[in-house]
Amino acid sequence: MRQIAIYGKGGIGKSTTTQNTVVALAEMGRKVTVVGCDPKADSTRLILNSKAQTTVMDLARERGTVEDLELEDVLVEGFLGIRCSESGGPEPGVGCAGRGVITAINFLEENGAYTADTDYVFYDVLGDVVCGGFAMPIRENKAKEIYIVTSGEMMAMYAANNISKGILKYALTGTVRLGGLICNSRVVDKEQELIEALAKALNTQMIHFMPRDNEVQRAEVRKQTVIQYNPSHPQADQYRELARKIENNTELTIPTPLSMDELEALMMEFGIMEM
Amino acid sequence: METCTKVTKDWLNTMEYREKNFAREKLVINPAKACQPLGALLCSLGIEGCLPFVHGSQGCAAYFRSTLARHFREPVAAVSDSMTEDSAVFGGQNNFHEGLKNAYTVYKPQLIAVFTSCMAEVIGDDIKAYLGNAKKQGSIPKEFPVALANTPSFKGSHIMGYDSMLKGLIDCLGEPREEDKLNDRLYVVPGFDTYPSNLREYKRYLKSMGAPFTLIPDYSEVLDSPNLGTYELFPGGTPIQEMKESLNAKSYLCLQSYSTPATSKYLEGKGVPVETIPMPIGVGGTDRFIEAIAKFTGQDVPEEITRERGRAVDAMTDAHQYIHGKKFALFGDPDILIGIVSFLLEMGGEPVHIVCTNSTPAFKKAMEKLLASSPYGQGATLYPGKDLWHLRSLLVTEPVDMLIGDGHGKYAARDADIPLIRIGLPIYDRVNLHRYPIIGYNGVINLITMIANTFLEEKDRNSTDTYFELMR
Repeated sequence: MRQIAIYGKGGIGKSTTTQNTVVALAEMGRKVTVVGCDPKADSTRLILNSKAQTTVMDLARERGTVEDLELEDVLVEGFLGIRCSESGGPEPGVGCAGRGVITAINFLEENGAYTADTDYVFYDVLGDVVCGGFAMPIRENKAKEIYIVTSGEMMAMYAANNISKGILKYALTGTVRLGGLICNSRVVDKEQELIEALAKALNTQMIHFMPRDNEVQRAEVRKQTVIQYNPSHPQADQYRELARKIENNTELTIPTPLSMDELEALMMEFGIMEM
Repeated sequence: METCTKVTKDWLNTMEYREKNFAREKLVINPAKACQPLGALLCSLGIEGCLPFVHGSQGCAAYFRSTLARHFREPVAAVSDSMTEDSAVFGGQNNFHEGLKNAYTVYKPQLIAVFTSCMAEVIGDDIKAYLGNAKKQGSIPKEFPVALANTPSFKGSHIMGYDSMLKGLIDCLGEPREEDKLNDRLYVVPGFDTYPSNLREYKRYLKSMGAPFTLIPDYSEVLDSPNLGTYELFPGGTPIQEMKESLNAKSYLCLQSYSTPATSKYLEGKGVPVETIPMPIGVGGTDRFIEAIAKFTGQDVPEEITRERGRAVDAMTDAHQYIHGKKFALFGDPDILIGIVSFLLEMGGEPVHIVCTNSTPAFKKAMEKLLASSPYGQGATLYPGKDLWHLRSLLVTEPVDMLIGDGHGKYAARDADIPLIRIGLPIYDRVNLHRYPIIGYNGVINLITMIANTFLEEKDRNSTDTYFELMR
């Protein structure tokens, strides 16, 4: 069983990329579980073809304690038998969303959510690693492999570099490794070269360049992934390719985060920042 | 195996180990302090009809309650809104509202004092906003008073929690200060004091000197209530009416310097005159207390108090040879330490090791000044921020004759083979000590009784037949 965590700046397309890629893996015959680690709980709707599912924390609140939950309440099968769960959490500004992630992942593990026949568990984690709770998926004995979704936009690259710093901390004390950057194109000039250069500087690879295509939006409006909505569309093949690359990826590294100066120099080299 | 244990045991008593022990930075072993909410609980017990309410987890509330219940051997009322894992994630507002509603309905208090445990503080629960919402949605009536204090346990100690709660209580109940509403009373703040008998002594002095006063807070009836066959949930405390008038006091007299700084600052900000004097332990300390009251009343010190002082001085003279020149180690809260060290210096006792876990820079300065003021203080070292395991190293490498501190000191005292005089909180293993004041002139006599008689008892028990004397 491979456990994989997907990080990246908020709004960069983590959930969309994760779900589309997971569906491609399922199409290849893999048994996959997706765990949404974001209080917004929007990591599984394209697989379940419905609005956000009942989350672990919602149900815990409703029933009083997390001990009163049963696995089938919060682990639901969606398209191609993909099993989906959402941690859920509080509204912005109250409580502790990070603790919600910890509670949910502990619950899933303790109650045997990760069955022996599972090939992949994907954690789709909230934008920034704001506290220890959001690093839960990459703690010891959990995800050993991380992919960062980014684009050629400056803030997305800043975020990718920051996340690498977080990974480095866990990599030095554990077995978690960076598997690569996924460039979710925002049609920025020289985007592919820029992300390839960033990847190189971070001691990793750009595992895939995902072109921008409106078919993704069209599928999303129908609460579907591209492979389900229009399996013969070229964009569906893009996700199939990313899935294959992840399946065959052996390049797992300890990242080498850049200093702010280095990162800015890199951006200037590719003309994003003016002197 | 046995040899190995003995080697280790012996090594723990060496200077080499002491140096390693004092080089320790990241680990605390038996700190001589408790957490903020414990102080807040003690404080809130001293207001009439007040129900202490922990916003946080149940286990925390049980800890403060049991600590006080075991020390005072009295029931201690406190409720909690039992935050659990889901409230940690979603915030504790629902618990807060349900808890307030239940506490208000079931126990019918005149006032609820809310303070927080770590869990609520870490997730940043906004108790002020929660309270506003509770009243808006009718969990409790709009006019029902609820005092608030943020008391994160991971910051400060019990004395800081006491301070925050007292400030919260005055802020909740005190009506605005207005010239034509000023009263003639001296509001006396005892500070974090675990001797109900001390509080009674303060009241006795104030009464006998004719000073109109309010003791705030006053848990003497709550934590030392008579057994009359019926249980009273709210056995007394500072009257609510006097709490309402607290900002219109003529002035405040704070009897501890380090357990009420935030309250003093708050009061001064409201234009209330505040005087702070050291905890009146020892003759000098008590004199300053009596002078402060005399200054307030403008009257002479009554004859009976002068005679009482004389009896304390006589007791000091009678017993000075048993304490003079003896070496002491002490640990505890800043105010108690200043008081007991002053007393020892008056008796010619020599403090050697002074450990204060919840020390502050201001306390360090004050203690050093006090020690420098007496020939008997010259051999003393203050160890700010150190714990009881440090203290143990001090006791076994630089022996003293007696340890003074709370019950937690019994292990170090045993290892050092010296007696422990129990002063402070907690004391779980002796009875009635909280019923004997350590402040005032009678406190002087009580301290002498405890310390001198313990030395004499040691001497008798350790005497050979030849030196076993009737007279000592």
